[in-house]
Amino acid sequence: MAPDKETLRAMYWTMLLARRTDERAWILHRQGKIAFHISGIGQEAAQVGAAYALEVGKDWLVPYYRDLALMFAFGYTPLDFMLGLMGKAGEPTSGARQMPSHWSLRSANVVSHSSPVATQAPHASGIGLGIKLRGEDAVVLTSIGEGSTSQGEWYEAVNWAAVHKLPVIFMIENNIYAISVHEHLQMAVESAARKADGLGLPGVSVDGLDALAVYEEMGKAVARARAGEGPTVIEVRVNRMTPHSSDDDDRSYRPREEVEQMKLDDPLPAFEAVLKEKKILTEKDVTALDEKARAEVEVAVETAEAAPYPPVEDASYPVYVEDVRHG
Amino acid sequence: MAEITLIEGVRQAMDEELAHDERVFIVGEDVGPRGGVFRATLGLFDKYGAERVIDSPLAELSIVGVGIGAALYGMRPICEIQFADFIYPAFNQIVSEAAKMCYRSNGEWTVPLVIRAPYGGGIGGGLYHSQSVEAFFAHVPGLKVVIPSTPYDAKGLLKSAVRDPNPVLFFEPKKGYRLIKGEVPEGEEILVPLGQAKVTREGHDLSIFAYGMMHHYALQAAEALAGEGIEAEVVDIRTLLPLDKKTVLESVRKTGKVLIVHEDNLTGGYGAELAAVIADQGFTDLDAPVKRLAGPDVPAMPYSHPLQDWFMPDPVKIADAARELAAY
Repeated sequence: MAPDKETLRAMYWTMLLARRTDERAWILHRQGKIAFHISGIGQEAAQVGAAYALEVGKDWLVPYYRDLALMFAFGYTPLDFMLGLMGKAGEPTSGARQMPSHWSLRSANVVSHSSPVATQAPHASGIGLGIKLRGEDAVVLTSIGEGSTSQGEWYEAVNWAAVHKLPVIFMIENNIYAISVHEHLQMAVESAARKADGLGLPGVSVDGLDALAVYEEMGKAVARARAGEGPTVIEVRVNRMTPHSSDDDDRSYRPREEVEQMKLDDPLPAFEAVLKEKKILTEKDVTALDEKARAEVEVAVETAEAAPYPPVEDASYPVYVEDVRHG
Repeated sequence: MAEITLIEGVRQAMDEELAHDERVFIVGEDVGPRGGVFRATLGLFDKYGAERVIDSPLAELSIVGVGIGAALYGMRPICEIQFADFIYPAFNQIVSEAAKMCYRSNGEWTVPLVIRAPYGGGIGGGLYHSQSVEAFFAHVPGLKVVIPSTPYDAKGLLKSAVRDPNPVLFFEPKKGYRLIKGEVPEGEEILVPLGQAKVTREGHDLSIFAYGMMHHYALQAAEALAGEGIEAEVVDIRTLLPLDKKTVLESVRKTGKVLIVHEDNLTGGYGAELAAVIADQGFTDLDAPVKRLAGPDVPAMPYSHPLQDWFMPDPVKIADAARELAAY
């Protein structure tokens, strides 16, 4: 089922807001105002296409670090992100304990994840097991880079979900590179979706630059999961338009022409064109939304810059549940 | 009052917690119809069904990783690792994930999870069915590490571990599974609090700190020493993390001499932490150097019977070390 007009507008807004927020983070890093940024630029269409096929508040998300747009769709805000980048008090995912882009949002069923890759995948299967044991019809989306699907943790997680027909969708955001290592050195299969074949569940590959194509495939997987028919692996083929992180320089391992081509294939203007063609957005709307996004990001930056750092004593807790301080 | 084995205490604890809380389920290799390779889950599959006693794929990291996910969802999994020696594939999940979840999410996400594993040697298990792995995990803030040494404690500590809101590693001395018997009252809720060591034999000449099978050997050694006029106090550590420093230091104050016993190898073992705590906080109470009797620093326990005996601390070795210390 195609998304309605309101959903399409929301999808565009989420993509746009994520892009402007992400771009601003790079500037903050260049200005020496933050220590680290890891980017999702080029992956927003896939993330938004996936997110809007789910029911936020009911379904579960076990994300990975490039999922800024996905997080925005689940209720995370530019201010939340800026507080995280700057390590300021009030940062909602970890109280500024974690590095930026290590998401968590309990109120929206977004589970905290770490930096060693693929560790989150078994958690998604465990949540799926819980859903099945309780007889509920929520689904779990877990995302991961293609390099991380080389980890045993990912195979074990997918295998579990397949054996027990758990309501889990394993989305692989294939952006071709794991830091500097090309996908050809990660896997012998043409598509990471083929990894599903040996584990007994469907695997599909979809153009991740096309938000609507992702939305459609995700919708099928969600329907399968809710119907108790089990998990799906979905590879979304995306472009990482930036270096791996603010500490990386991608000139040593990929040609500039490739990056230039990625800019021509940018999913944000592509989605904009689709919505203009469908008469859902006008040029005037686009300009207004862009101004709104930039303004919201600026307010977030200013608010975060003005925010205090957490008190040092915050570093000492909560090691155990007994130490948790509420409020 | 019924006399039961240590493993029966473990089994009863799980049976009662499955009945007590519908969020509790068991997951592990061969835990289903087979009842576990040691029979810790005997009868539970028939009683509670395939959804609450789940035979996992043969893959330890996902036994724990899937357990963590279920715990995040609100379940109370009991994960069985068939032998502690096989826990290493799950190390990343335990140390990077379960231990850090509460801290890294500022308490938003917690992992109420128990990981049970038989540990220790003396059963002809060779290098990979004999290991003591507690020191790896006792190093990690966010985890609790519990080792029972009696049927009563096995039952009472495991029930408390299942109800604890944190990830708890529960290591069971497998040599004692059927060897160690003890009285456990029937029809009574037994909950032994985590985090409390226990003085199991009073004495004034020296303190022997031990846990698991070594605690029994320490009691046997103390019995032998009593015949020679040496009165050893024996303390069962029971919870390694968090350590009950108060009980430990009180015993040091009383006796002034310390022998720490564990079958894990010496270097970087749990005894090193105990010794450091005692040296730091009990220094003025000491009348002799803190001594450790531990497994030797070889990679693991060999299979052949005499070689295994060479590795394992036993009542004779403990009594020898205690005698030497008492004479200091």
